[in-house]
Amino acid sequence: MDTQVSSQPQKVAKRKIRVATTSLSGCFGCHMSLLDIDERILQLIEVVEFDRSPITDIKHCGPCDIGLIEGSVCNSENVHVLREFRENCNVLIAFGACAVAGGLPAQRNHLDIGDALREVYCDRAGLGKQIPNDRELPLLLDKVHPINEVVRVDYFIPGCPPSGDTIWKFVTDLIAGHMPRLEHPLLKFD
Amino acid sequence: MSEIANTFTLDGQIVHFTPGQTILEAALEAGLYIPHLCFNPELKPHGSCKLCTVIVNGRSGSACTIKAMPGQEVQSSTPELDGRRRLQLQMIFVEGNHFCPGCEKSGNCKLQAVAYDLEMLNPHFPHFFPERPIDASHPDVMIDFNRCILCEQCVQTSRDVDGKNIFALAGRGMKSHLIINSPSGKLGDTDFALTDKAAHVCPVGAILEKRVGYAKPIGERIYDEKTIREQVAADAEGGL
Repeated sequence: MDTQVSSQPQKVAKRKIRVATTSLSGCFGCHMSLLDIDERILQLIEVVEFDRSPITDIKHCGPCDIGLIEGSVCNSENVHVLREFRENCNVLIAFGACAVAGGLPAQRNHLDIGDALREVYCDRAGLGKQIPNDRELPLLLDKVHPINEVVRVDYFIPGCPPSGDTIWKFVTDLIAGHMPRLEHPLLKFD
Repeated sequence: MSEIANTFTLDGQIVHFTPGQTILEAALEAGLYIPHLCFNPELKPHGSCKLCTVIVNGRSGSACTIKAMPGQEVQSSTPELDGRRRLQLQMIFVEGNHFCPGCEKSGNCKLQAVAYDLEMLNPHFPHFFPERPIDASHPDVMIDFNRCILCEQCVQTSRDVDGKNIFALAGRGMKSHLIINSPSGKLGDTDFALTDKAAHVCPVGAILEKRVGYAKPIGERIYDEKTIREQVAADAEGGL
């Protein structure tokens, strides 16, 4: 028998898995759902540390193992953030109906963006007659896109929002090195 | 000479059939699910959605139109066939505007239930986001063309069961769409009634009864409780 294993020095503490999360054009419902894992978050932070995320308030994403993206791509800033995540994350996950399929923001896709802006900002009583154009404001895209139409995406978690249990199952499968799988009743589109 | 048993195998499982039944009819009666969308047991099958494509003795065909024969070996739940079905579903999803979180039918929708069954996690293809109208001209029923999958169940039911001939498909290929038989093209100008069977056959959320949308809350609906496979097995048990 090979006895080398026992004579090896003790393993150093395992590096924690770095996770970044963001909400593009989303309602933060998916992040609220992420927090619905409740006290299991204590188990999670034993193996995971958060990089850029609304939870940490870190503004830019460093090299990460997993990136979770909520929301669809509806303006120029969303494109930059999404590309930053793709560059830095080994595994990129679309979570929630907006990131997966465009969701609610994409319901404007059959409208002309100019008409939509005029309707909201110019044609209503009590509002001014000007479409906001401050240079700080990101420009809207003419169409809203699910994130896989802009960058390569590794995994998808549908749902509006996916439940805390769904996110927990998926993320723990992934961290454990299993092929993540969602089945009834965790797989939901609504 | 002994009689030949009226059985075939579906994924290795023995299925009994009555002569004249199709493979899909016999499978459903036995409580075994083969994914399908355009098939309705009360209507003549027309094999258009192709979701129920199975391999019968090495050749592929629609389970809803192929007659069951003794000794057939039918394969349905294979990775290859399920992969093709998933692609077909993804194409259906991107071709229309199927926004489940905003749909009254969510949880009762066959398209959604089949997508759950086949573990379709994303629509994969770029969305068309077509511009399609909504027809709310009828007092009791609304039509949301965004969700129509052209299964023709309303066309058949209105023509063959209700005897009214209110719906039809027009256009070809990519331009196929559902039309309504009235001078204005509006449902409100037809003699369509809520009591018509055609008002209740839509497998998706295209033809909806008004004012009952959320009477049963999301989360407590047919396919929230059971998978479509479990539902088919339960229906078969209830029918015995």
